[in-house]
Amino acid sequence: MGAPAMLRSEKDVEQDRELAWQFLRYMVTMREVEDRIERKLYRQGKIVGGVYVGRGQEAIPVGVGLTAEPEDVLCPSHRDLALFLIRGVHPRQIFAQYMGRVGGLTRGKDGNMHMGDMNRRIVSIISAMAASVPVAAGAALALRYKGTHNIAYSFFGDGATSRGDWHEGLNFAAVQKLPVVYVCNNNQYAYSTPVSKQMACADVSDRAPGYGIPAEIVDGNDVFAVHGAARRAAEHARAGNGPYLIECKTFRMTGHSAHDAAEYVPPELLEEWAQRDPISRLEKKMAEKDWAGPGEIDRVYEEIKKEIDSAVDWAEKSPYPDASELTDNVYERG
Amino acid sequence: MSGAKSVQLTYLEAIRQGIQEEMRRDPDVFLLGEDIGVYGGAFKVTAGMLDEFGERRVIDTPISESAIVGAAIGASLMGLRPVAEMQFADFITCGYDQIVNFAAKCRYRWGAAVPMVIRAPSGGGIHGGPFHSQNPEAWFTHTPGLKVVAPSTPADAKGLIKSAIRDNDPVLYFEHKALYRRIKEEVPDGDFTVPIGQAAVVREGRDLSIITYGAMVHVAREAAEALENEGISVEIVDLRTLAPLDEDTVLASVRKTSKVLLLHEDTMTGGIGGELAARIAQKAFEYLDGPIVRLTAPDTPVPYSPPLEEAFLPNATKLVEAARSLARY
Ligand SMILES: Cc1ncc(C[n+]2csc(CCOP(=O)(O)OP(=O)(O)O)c2C)c(N)n1
Repeated sequence: MGAPAMLRSEKDVEQDRELAWQFLRYMVTMREVEDRIERKLYRQGKIVGGVYVGRGQEAIPVGVGLTAEPEDVLCPSHRDLALFLIRGVHPRQIFAQYMGRVGGLTRGKDGNMHMGDMNRRIVSIISAMAASVPVAAGAALALRYKGTHNIAYSFFGDGATSRGDWHEGLNFAAVQKLPVVYVCNNNQYAYSTPVSKQMACADVSDRAPGYGIPAEIVDGNDVFAVHGAARRAAEHARAGNGPYLIECKTFRMTGHSAHDAAEYVPPELLEEWAQRDPISRLEKKMAEKDWAGPGEIDRVYEEIKKEIDSAVDWAEKSPYPDASELTDNVYERG
Repeated sequence: MSGAKSVQLTYLEAIRQGIQEEMRRDPDVFLLGEDIGVYGGAFKVTAGMLDEFGERRVIDTPISESAIVGAAIGASLMGLRPVAEMQFADFITCGYDQIVNFAAKCRYRWGAAVPMVIRAPSGGGIHGGPFHSQNPEAWFTHTPGLKVVAPSTPADAKGLIKSAIRDNDPVLYFEHKALYRRIKEEVPDGDFTVPIGQAAVVREGRDLSIITYGAMVHVAREAAEALENEGISVEIVDLRTLAPLDEDTVLASVRKTSKVLLLHEDTMTGGIGGELAARIAQKAFEYLDGPIVRLTAPDTPVPYSPPLEEAFLPNATKLVEAARSLARY
């Protein structure tokens, strides 16, 4: 029995190597796109609306998103840019979205991560936190109703779990045993509010058992760990066992939004979490495992930066919507 | 007005000063909302309050609008005077049931007073997109039992927040985000209130009346200047309170000028303008020398992209045009 086990594990290693490269590309793309948005385009006045980025949290949308099948439904939160990349949205569309151009997914009707596309099975958030949690239950209901084995993924922050909609959504899904995977990015702050003022329990995951939903905590800055937890959660939901929650512990490495200097966050915490940067950790792991040859990772960065340069060019050339579009699409017709 | 002295304040500072004065005057006044204490509020309206009044009276809450409003109701039933902040007026929807079914109906059903204030930063022009720009006042003016105010100037902002806090009914206080730091004026120092339910004629004129409120008062002033140069004399009524409406002041102005233009940033259908139009048509019909005209945002969500938002919002250019053709009628 030794040989086949050996073979299997070699295959596993090969799969891990491939996964690592996939993780890296998506995480670095998300980081670079958001850096460009927050640190350049916003500061240059080219983006006039709100900017909320997921710096330091990239492992979550990437690790989870890569467990989803194409027909699964994603309900992202506002720091989950990589989910869009995984579903084939191009960075140029994201830049155009932020800049209010017709090349964005909403053609200028909305900004930042407030976008969706049912052809890609991504449900757009509204601003009100947790509003899409019950919506995810409905999407899951439809998937089961139609007899598919597909599932819905519902993403939210720690703060969002204080909303009534969150609780109603979880309870509904649990009672109906709906195939929903709940993904909490616990980045320890909701705007200026620390988790300790958001909830009296220690962990977001404590909330799930009260609804009869199993939950686990995972290191949200370890993309392999996130991926593994999400896979367990997805298998559970897909097998008809009802919802499952994973709480990804992480840290918000920026202000709440681009205008927030976040002086309320103790600098030691930022320093501590900078040591756990999910991208650096992945790169280190890849080096240790010998999954990346010399200069190979640098070349990925170069490629991505080049792609982003041309994506920004494209977005800046994308026109603003004509004022006549103002009244379009309030209804299907008229 | 009783204040002997006055100071230059922005709209935002005037709100803050009004709240501070009421908190110093009445130990039962307290604040609750998201990020209002340590952070001083998303717009910094409550900056410094935590230091002065402490955690007992300045409560940072979870993201739970329904609990914020519900807790404010419970505390006010017990005689306290809570001032709750919605981080953006758009999120007031999350506390809607508590407001329209609980707070609004207590007095009518069982005689219980709910002396609370909900502050709600509203309005567009800041590229906030569909969920950080709305003007939800008409959702509440339609609900009997609620009072709704929407100041346009620093003095009114201060005077109305103080009246709202002292009022024994639930008051929704819509503060326009685009005005926070844009306008500054002399505000009477000390104990100065603006009565709820009283509109103000903020510009006298002969040829037509513009009835408006909030940020649109400033648009009306700008348009009135331009129209003056064309020989059209415009009267402006600033409603200040949207529920209960000061019908007398509105009708008096209409009777004087015989032409009326209703202006609001809120969308058209079901907005305050329609209600005013009906009352004017019923009670001042014989005085009218022209159709009752409405200039409002169109019936769409508030779009994000600058050219779309520009097309969405009423502005002085659109107003001058509308007023000009009404004057010619
Ligand atoms: C119902 C509601 N209230 C208030 C806000 C304003 N707001 C936007 S994001 C945010 C904090 C959200 O925190 P969390 O859910 O932890 O997500 P994070 O931003 O940390 O990823 C707040 C209070 C909102 N969007 N929705």
